[in-house]
Amino acid sequence: MRIRRVSAIALKELLQVWRDPRSLMLALLMPVMQMLLLGYGVNLDISHVPTCTYDEEGSQLSQALIARFQASRYFDLVAGLDSQRQIRHAMDGGLCKLVIVIPAGFSRQISEFHHASVQAIVDATDDNTATIATAYASAVVQGFSNEVQMRYEALRGGTVVAQPLAVQSRVWFNEDLDSRDFIIPGVVALVLALVGAQLTSLTIAREWERGTMELLLSTPVTPLEMMIGKLLPYFVIGLVDAGICLAFALLLFHVPFRGAFATLLLTTSLFLVVVLNIGYLLSVLIRNQLGASQIAMFVTIMPISLLSGYTFPIDQMPAAIRAVTYVIYARYFVTILKAVFLKGSGIGALWGPVSALILYDILVVWIAGRAFRKRIA
Amino acid sequence: MSEQPPMIRVEGLRKQFGDFLAVAGISFEVAQGEILGFLGPNGAGKSTTIRMLCGLLKPTAGRIHIDGVDVAADPDALRKRIGYMSQKFSLYQDLTVRENLRFYGGVYGLRGAALESRIGYALEMSGLTAHPETLVSALAGGWKQRLALGCAILHRPRILFLDEPTSGVDPLSRRRFWDLIHDLSTEGVTILVSTHHMDEAQYCNRIALIDRGSIVALDTPGQLKRRSLGGELVRIECASPDRAMQALAALAQVRDVAVFGNSLHALVDNAADAAAAIVERLRTRGIAAARVTQIDATLEDVFVRLVSANHGPAGTGA
Ligand SMILES: Nc1ncnc2c1ncn2[C@@H]1O[C@H](COP(=O)(O)OP(=O)(O)O)[C@@H](O)[C@H]1O
Ligand SMILES: [Mg+2]
Repeated sequence: MRIRRVSAIALKELLQVWRDPRSLMLALLMPVMQMLLLGYGVNLDISHVPTCTYDEEGSQLSQALIARFQASRYFDLVAGLDSQRQIRHAMDGGLCKLVIVIPAGFSRQISEFHHASVQAIVDATDDNTATIATAYASAVVQGFSNEVQMRYEALRGGTVVAQPLAVQSRVWFNEDLDSRDFIIPGVVALVLALVGAQLTSLTIAREWERGTMELLLSTPVTPLEMMIGKLLPYFVIGLVDAGICLAFALLLFHVPFRGAFATLLLTTSLFLVVVLNIGYLLSVLIRNQLGASQIAMFVTIMPISLLSGYTFPIDQMPAAIRAVTYVIYARYFVTILKAVFLKGSGIGALWGPVSALILYDILVVWIAGRAFRKRIA
Repeated sequence: MSEQPPMIRVEGLRKQFGDFLAVAGISFEVAQGEILGFLGPNGAGKSTTIRMLCGLLKPTAGRIHIDGVDVAADPDALRKRIGYMSQKFSLYQDLTVRENLRFYGGVYGLRGAALESRIGYALEMSGLTAHPETLVSALAGGWKQRLALGCAILHRPRILFLDEPTSGVDPLSRRRFWDLIHDLSTEGVTILVSTHHMDEAQYCNRIALIDRGSIVALDTPGQLKRRSLGGELVRIECASPDRAMQALAALAQVRDVAVFGNSLHALVDNAADAAAAIVERLRTRGIAAARVTQIDATLEDVFVRLVSANHGPAGTGA
């Protein structure tokens, strides 16, 4: 590999992005717009969801949980129900959008299995609200069960470590349930994936469409030099975009940032490498800017918004779908971002998702570094 | 041509696209410093052949050695030795003249003072010394082509492949371009250049006439004119060339006849004998005012004659 050739390609690519208003807009304006759109969008829809409760147990504990829902500004408790039939009635009649059903064995479950299962029935006509409302409801329940568990632990005469644990759990489950805090880190991941893959999906296809590729193929440039030279400028742009997203998260949405910037920089770089290579690979294979960018859009938005855990918590998903999320590379970055932002985790605590990202990096670089063929057909 | 091994040696080169044979098994050699012209109509297979020589297309069959390098075995060694101008203009239109030169210089591994001096040379050669910061999209055709040539020779390649470098360029710029090609060849650069302008053949040392994927003749322009024809050529000016051609095709003294613009060209053994017979035949067919004059053969005549042989039932065409 010759550095000189890589730098020539990288510089040329940067000049072209700089002179092309469409690319420039994609690189610098789109992250701003997406952050505003997604950041505000999710936040405004979702407070004061009309909610009914159906408390089958009627215990002190179940009432305490309902009180939690009452206290949250995300739920408006409109009625307590007495039977399954009433649930259907309340939903169909538009009385509420969400019904929380606390089963008869609720207290026992928590004390014996350290895990309470509460049923949340949602009106799925508004898909977005339904998804997010379920996520919030589950967060309320988890926060509650966690606290209860710790109280039991203390009662059983163990050392009372309630104080530090309580703080940590509060942060981890984001119990004050500010939807922005919960969702914005995921939005950052989505925006970076979207912009990164879009930009690189154009790069090789552009050379084919403009007829500049034939000459480039006749030069000594190797496939690896091509890949690195082409992606380097977008990596820099991606980091700038990450900076933009971070600024929005912190300054506009006031998401707490408890981690280290170094951790963020390192993990963001790992994520960008995956994203950029996926776009590049599509560009090599499709050789057409429109086609490649549309497929890039499809393969980033769909799986990431549904399966990365960015709005919908992965541990609330059915087992089969949860299994699928393991191949969604963004899920690891979303996990990392949430932990770095809200929990202040360092690399050590994140070795799991970080090594998953590294594995992905190796895989995509290995494929993309070979994908480019130095032939016309 | 000499004892030196040829710079380009092609043996039995074929290219098949599906069941269409674009290059039908051609063989030729080019000596160092020679200008070989590929002359032939659109679709003859010129570009396809050049692309295979540059390692851009994989041949269906055949072998290519360039400057001693087996192209199939070592395409990377090949790429350092060659310069290429593709048929479609392929510099970056959104970059300036200098940025394009910098880019290609860099891609060929040039840097620092060596790069700057080569850029200076290329600017001078293409006549763009005064306009290094102009966007390429704003250049006129002739300048674009000369800049493309400048980019192709930055790394001092020993072999140049130029695919229709003068298409769509005004006659004056074409002339200037051929002067540059000639200068490069005197410096020892081997040049393979394709064109469909018959009049450009005179600038080449040798010419390969290409038709439907085959080389129908390969020789110096002078030899081609003398030998390939095997007779004398007359021009027939008359009222309706199409009808006249049908009338003359059956005439014993006429070996071959073709329409050239508003007149006919006929190949005959003896111009004086044939002229009388031609005028007589046309008169009996009611085509008046025929004027028959002997002319010198042009390459176009040679080409038409060889190609019609190639297409005929007894021809060698694929
Ligand atoms: N990639 C390809 N696939 C199919 N047919 C092709 C391809 N490239 C060229 N051809 C065909 O091969 C023939 C020769 O083309 P080309 O080499 O471009 O001719 P020339 O350069 O002499 O005009 C043409 O009929 C063209 O349509
Ligand atoms: Mg051609």
